[in-house]
Amino acid sequence: MARRRGRAGYFEPTPGGGAAITLDEVEVSILRSLAVQLLELVGPGDAEGADDADPLARLFAEGPSKPPDDPALARLFPDAYEDAEESSEFRRFTENDLRARKREDALAMIRALDAGGPVVELTADQARQWLGGLNDLRLTIGTRLEVTEDDESGLYHLPDSDPRKPLVMAYLWLGGLQETLVETLLR
Amino acid sequence: MGVVSAHPPDTTAPPRSGTFAASAPAPAPSEVERTDPGEAPFEVPEPDVPWVTLVHNDPVNLMSYVTYVFQTYFGYSKGKATKLMKDVHYKGRAVVSSGTREEMERDVQAMHGYGLWATLSQDR
Repeated sequence: MARRRGRAGYFEPTPGGGAAITLDEVEVSILRSLAVQLLELVGPGDAEGADDADPLARLFAEGPSKPPDDPALARLFPDAYEDAEESSEFRRFTENDLRARKREDALAMIRALDAGGPVVELTADQARQWLGGLNDLRLTIGTRLEVTEDDESGLYHLPDSDPRKPLVMAYLWLGGLQETLVETLLR
Repeated sequence: MGVVSAHPPDTTAPPRSGTFAASAPAPAPSEVERTDPGEAPFEVPEPDVPWVTLVHNDPVNLMSYVTYVFQTYFGYSKGKATKLMKDVHYKGRAVVSSGTREEMERDVQAMHGYGLWATLSQDR
């Protein structure tokens, strides 16, 4: 696990258990872009019949039996058992729901950002969805950056010329957002 | 969810004794037969070997978030949730819940929903 590093904008509690944050235009644009990329990454998955127009067929569509090839997706949808066969069985019956939840969380972020800034106000439910979405974003970016516990690769001390620097900055910023949102929700 | 019924019958599992009867689904016909008292009048039913949900350490999830998940999903006190979080962080993994296989599948699925790395296994 990671301790939060860096400092950025932060969430504050609102009456009724919600949360609010002030974001400037650039921050809204970056966050929205990241959420859209997450949405595209998660996608509908490889489910059989997922595109079926019949809602009943969609309801009974089975999910994939193999873990995703993409390392970030594999992190978002991990194996539930050490045994591959049992994992596969579990995955067929759970991954579609899991993908749907993660899509909904990312969509909740996009909708709230599209409602206009600079103050983004979230209800308690929206705040929980944001928490999930922010975590999925950090898992995805963290996997891409190959983040480690002790930062052996020096990600947090990169020179400005390093092509990974912008993504590291985004990763740290998201960590700050998530940390203050957790604090807000536990208040 | 159809998760449970999707599993083939586990021939290695001990007979279900009803330890978790309050939350367990209705037994399948084969299980009813196995607990027929007429077959083994002196047999004391073995308690179920419990399954456990393990949460594994990872370098991304925030300590505060992991604690939040344990408090929110399992309803654990802040102290218990914090202790489990530290076990995950310093020991590499921790048992966060135990129960029937079905219950642990539900917990693992929930942990995956939160983005935690979790697996279930039988606690031998």
